[in-house]
Amino acid sequence: MTSRQARPTGVPSAGLVVGLLAALVPLAVIVVFFVVPLVGMVQRGFVVDGRLDVGGVLADLARPRVAGVLWFTLWSSAVATAVTLLLGVPTAYALHRLDLPGSAFLRGLVTVPFVLPTVVVGVAFRTLLSSGGPLGGLGGDGTPAAIVAALVFFNLSVVVRMVGPWWASLDPQREQAAAALGASPAQVFRTVTLPALRPVLLSAGSVVFLFCATAFGVVLTLGGTRYSTVETEIYLLTTQFLDLRAAAALSVLQVLVVVALLLLAGRAQPRGAGVVDRAAPAPGRRPRGWVDLTALATTAVTVALVALPLLAVVARSLRVDDAWSLARYRSLSESAPGSPLRTSVLDAAATSLRTATDATLLAVGLGVVVSVLVTRRIAHPGLRRAVRAFDGLFMLPLGVSAVTVGFGLLVALDTPPLDFRGSPWLVPVAQALVALPLVVRALVPTLRGVDERQREAAATLGAGPLRILRDVDLPTAWRSLLAAAGFAFAVSLGEFGATSFLSRPDSPTLSVLIYQLIGRPGAESFGTALAAAVLLGSLTAGVLLAVERLRVGRLGVY
Amino acid sequence: MKHARPRWRAAAAVTAAALALTACSITGGSEQETTTGTAADGSTVADRDVTLLVHDSWYLPRKVLRAFEEETGYRVEVQTNGDAGSLTNKLVLTADNPLGDAVFGIDNTFATRAADEGVLAPYTPADLPASAADYALDGEAGEQLTPVDWGDVCVNVDDAWFAERDQAPPRTLADLADPAYRDLFVTPAASTSSPGFAFLLATVGEYGEDGWQDYWTRLMDNGARVAKDWTEAYTVDFTAGGGDGDRPIVLSYSSSPPFTIPKGEERPTTSALLETCFRQVEYAGVLAGADNPEGAQSLLDFLVDRTFQKALPDSMYVYPVDAETPLPPLWEEWAEPATDPIEVDPAEVTAQRDEWIRTWSDLTAG
Repeated sequence: MTSRQARPTGVPSAGLVVGLLAALVPLAVIVVFFVVPLVGMVQRGFVVDGRLDVGGVLADLARPRVAGVLWFTLWSSAVATAVTLLLGVPTAYALHRLDLPGSAFLRGLVTVPFVLPTVVVGVAFRTLLSSGGPLGGLGGDGTPAAIVAALVFFNLSVVVRMVGPWWASLDPQREQAAAALGASPAQVFRTVTLPALRPVLLSAGSVVFLFCATAFGVVLTLGGTRYSTVETEIYLLTTQFLDLRAAAALSVLQVLVVVALLLLAGRAQPRGAGVVDRAAPAPGRRPRGWVDLTALATTAVTVALVALPLLAVVARSLRVDDAWSLARYRSLSESAPGSPLRTSVLDAAATSLRTATDATLLAVGLGVVVSVLVTRRIAHPGLRRAVRAFDGLFMLPLGVSAVTVGFGLLVALDTPPLDFRGSPWLVPVAQALVALPLVVRALVPTLRGVDERQREAAATLGAGPLRILRDVDLPTAWRSLLAAAGFAFAVSLGEFGATSFLSRPDSPTLSVLIYQLIGRPGAESFGTALAAAVLLGSLTAGVLLAVERLRVGRLGVY
Repeated sequence: MKHARPRWRAAAAVTAAALALTACSITGGSEQETTTGTAADGSTVADRDVTLLVHDSWYLPRKVLRAFEEETGYRVEVQTNGDAGSLTNKLVLTADNPLGDAVFGIDNTFATRAADEGVLAPYTPADLPASAADYALDGEAGEQLTPVDWGDVCVNVDDAWFAERDQAPPRTLADLADPAYRDLFVTPAASTSSPGFAFLLATVGEYGEDGWQDYWTRLMDNGARVAKDWTEAYTVDFTAGGGDGDRPIVLSYSSSPPFTIPKGEERPTTSALLETCFRQVEYAGVLAGADNPEGAQSLLDFLVDRTFQKALPDSMYVYPVDAETPLPPLWEEWAEPATDPIEVDPAEVTAQRDEWIRTWSDLTAG
């Protein structure tokens, strides 16, 4: 423990007060819009006729079905997370550190799945995999392999967009030095690169795992009725059976699993480590050697996995009456087909963009506060534990059933001053809560990587906390902040659960409109829904590409 | 506590009215402006708001409701609340402090749950069309729920596919389990899809409470495929759904065939098997404890009125309960409903739903 980072440095008491006050805002938001609804719904399940029914809940959990469902959830999520990392990390390397033609385009492409409504992804995967489809010969339809493939499809962008910017800004001199001292490329990777990547790999891995564990549209679509996860069970128990006790039992189980996972991830985090030598991202270099070739090959697999289902969607959106046509795209600006509905797809896109902007501002604002607070070094052990719990609290929304929280909002937030039911800004708030953990996980490793001595030096020179934030933290975290904002934006554009729940039929978001259109009879509605999905995907990729190019004055330079 | 909500809404409505006056509504829309403000009879703004809760298949041109707003001076706010099951369950969960004033979209498979849980207040529109009696529920549910529309969930076949092979298409539920139709049928899941559940009920109605399990075993042995929802079954697996599927028999609606008339031709290439149909009826009701019960009642009157009934087929693909309402010409010709649909007692559905779905899930999971 001789490392220089382990030396705790005291936070001035004024800073402590500011920190506590700043913590109150995100805390209030998460308590009101997440904890209270969750507790309210669980309470409805646990308390039967005014009496706490713990025995009943335990009996629900002891059903043999629950163990099977939990086991399937855990292993399918674990496998999907592992595959996502195996494919995503080399892809992040290739797309962020190598000089590849079209790498900006490919970076946008891998993000598209993230925003596609699951109903569209379901159609895309089934179109490919069903026995009559181009990949029908693989026999994957309705198997766990199909579920895992779809989960990987969704989550690749999380890994690429979290790991990539981090990797791009690692100082290559260390690797070069190791290589100069005679280390083989594998040794360099194992002893220099991997330890530097570890914090962000843990961040990305936990996020992906939680996304997988709570994905339910994909599991229902691709697994049929054969495979249930904890999330699909909660959905059925709540929306179909109104068996609140069993649903509450499973929600509590989810919380326990998430907490256990976070504790594990926390333990895997090397103590006191995280400070990383950074450099201005060097311009990508031309690929050379077998390491780069392996990365390129993996990237090809990633791109194929992402592109094939997307191509299936594009192809079907272009088929009109057994011929190729752009007719479905031309109708995007009109009111929905076959009906005098006044919302055109373009209006819905505008609504989506407006909501996404609100949600992004909210998520990034809260996320910055949380990230800064949890990465400040604190001497007091009790306070340090509190901060760690605070950090974990903001991961919970990813791992807990959206159905439970959604119903909970209605049950718990029904009395003034907390009567938010039907309030129009419930949509951006709900989306921001989903995006918040991503923002925090994208920012925390970077902020931890800032050498505390720089902050101390700045403080010694008379800089206040805000000045330090601006001149020390922000320049380092700028890229991650942009990545985080991009994430929040994409989450909001693609978010469907909360949105459909609270949406106004008169001004639906794009994903809600796609869902409505795709469920209507007639080739025209279906084709338009797919064209709208293509629009949604292109819009997202376009916005994210534009965001990547943003620079604020000298801030983009290190 | 209940008083604060109208006050909040009043504040919102006043703000909206003020914005409308200054013509600078944030959304830039003009719809909200029409009927806010103090009505001629001196009632306050909040009394003129009616919140209608609907399921997510609600899809109606705004102008239809505007006719109601102009006629009555009420302003309707529509809120989507998931599928029929989610909608009903949300009503049950919020019974003490309802989310709105009226509800549309509780179907005959959830009707008695809503009635049993006391979420509705009794009301029947005075001008209910005579034909609505055919869809009326028994007992308390009948006093609280007004039938608005109905649809027949039926097995559909791709006639062109069968004609090409010189094979006679199936006609009955029993045919679907016949080896001659092996690997040809796809249905949405009863656990995740409302037409899927309707089909399960059709089999319960046909084979009885103790016989349907055996039928499903035979059906699955005969290679039936279960898809997640109607969209997938029809647009991916069905041969005539545009997705190059490989299943010429699909569960859909009696109103689906007109959508398969090829461009420039006059006949659909598919048809519905009218001996396999389960009738889904959708109801509306006034919520118990509504802030604006008069407005909700007035809205219910409108839902069974000709203006609304006429809009139903084209926008929501269902048949109006008012038999006098003219159907679109294509429907008259190609969307013939079942003459003798399969029925299951709604109270029985409420009592047995969980059990049936669980058993069904086990039978189809093999």
